[in-house]
Amino acid sequence: MNKFKSFKWLSVLMVAALFVIAGCGNNNNAGNNSAASGGNAAGNAADSAAIAKIKERGKLLVGVKYDTRLFGLKDPASGNVEGFDIDISKAIAKHILGDENAIELKEVTSKTRIPMLNNGEIDMVVATMTITEERKKEVDFSDVYFQAGQSLLVKKGSPITGLESVTKDTKILGSKGATSIKNIKEKVPGVTVLEFDNYQDAFAALKAGQGDALTTDDAILYGMASQDDGYEVVGKPFTDEPYGIAVQKGNTDVVKAINDTLAELKANGEYDAIYTKWIGKAPAK
Amino acid sequence: MDFSILTDYFGLYLEGFWGTILSSVLALIGSFLLGSVIAVFRITTVKGLRWFGTGYVEFVRNIPLLLVVYIFYYGPSALGFPLDGFKAGTIGLAVYTSAFIAEAIRAGIMAVPKGQMEAARSSGLSYIQTMMHVILPQAIKLVIPPLGNQFINLIKNSSVLTIVAGMDLMYFADSISTETYRTFDTYIFVAVFYLVLTLPLSYGVRVWERRLQRKY
Repeated sequence: MNKFKSFKWLSVLMVAALFVIAGCGNNNNAGNNSAASGGNAAGNAADSAAIAKIKERGKLLVGVKYDTRLFGLKDPASGNVEGFDIDISKAIAKHILGDENAIELKEVTSKTRIPMLNNGEIDMVVATMTITEERKKEVDFSDVYFQAGQSLLVKKGSPITGLESVTKDTKILGSKGATSIKNIKEKVPGVTVLEFDNYQDAFAALKAGQGDALTTDDAILYGMASQDDGYEVVGKPFTDEPYGIAVQKGNTDVVKAINDTLAELKANGEYDAIYTKWIGKAPAK
Repeated sequence: MDFSILTDYFGLYLEGFWGTILSSVLALIGSFLLGSVIAVFRITTVKGLRWFGTGYVEFVRNIPLLLVVYIFYYGPSALGFPLDGFKAGTIGLAVYTSAFIAEAIRAGIMAVPKGQMEAARSSGLSYIQTMMHVILPQAIKLVIPPLGNQFINLIKNSSVLTIVAGMDLMYFADSISTETYRTFDTYIFVAVFYLVLTLPLSYGVRVWERRLQRKY
């Protein structure tokens, strides 16, 4: 009797879960379809005339993060969005339109940024986006505008000074599902890794002395270090996470404008100034 | 349903299953002992102990389990002796469950008619003897069903260990699902592992209950 009962419940559970999954699937498909068709339509019309369209509008539409410290963070008090990504966006607006304030920021997340771009809601995505082969099939990327890499956050004065000093006995903290967990296990076989639901929990555990170092993209780690003076990022990044600016596929003129801006910023020292302003130190050469 | 997840990651499932069993057994013993002591505090005539017992039960059972576990995870480390996720989680689980067990035991003892105590005491038995030989044997019959419920809840609640990286079944399941992207399949197997623990317990409690009913 007991067994049958449990099977009954199990099947009820499965059916319920199936509905949920099916629902999600449908939503995703709908989103993708409309994104794809929207993208094509916009792509054909604009093609290499995308810059002309931006100029006609007189305003650059940029998708940025609103929740990422140092890169794109909405200040709850002032309502302003500020960060490295925003300063870069302003420089691009200045290059294309001659006015760094001719810009409209729109919030994107890792999930929404490509659909919004392909829908034509934004001209470009400047949102801590790593250039990957998979994403290159969906969008075009500019040159690397920020070189991130996986690194370690430790308490100041920790014996850990970089990946070299991580041994099997080191307790590493990380976030579930992040590629950084896989990376560290590959670099230091047998290392103990404690995984948490998100970076805030992992950081709280580090503060509570539950582990020796927290690992993920240094860009995120710098944000944490800026929250608490007692912690610092140590060692050289040991993976490559190049951030690029994404535009709709085929908008080569926009990519060129972005790359020209980046080259200009790097040549006149403006890039280093923005980098130092947010990250707290000059970029590694 | 993709059974390759079960076979490919069987080692991880087992490691987590073992963690869940170990944590549950330790928390079960701990919560039973602690709960019994608190139950005695709750019914004793000594005022200080009674207040303590009442305060303990009302405090612990009226805050979320997650918070109890957080207290044992972050609290000791603030005082300089950090407990790892497994220990903090197991202690938190034991403390949380003990409040409910204390209430179940107290309710069982209170349900034994007052005349039993009076009769036993007037036949010359001491308070302790009365408890041991008259009240508790009758109370236990009434206590077993709610205790069984608490123990089943305890096993399921042990999944809270995953929040503090306590190496339990859910913790490893999270890792498996983020690696395979087969969330639904991964967790269905987790449900089966939990049922392997809880169904026999549920059945055992019922058998024990029936046997005790027969005795009197």
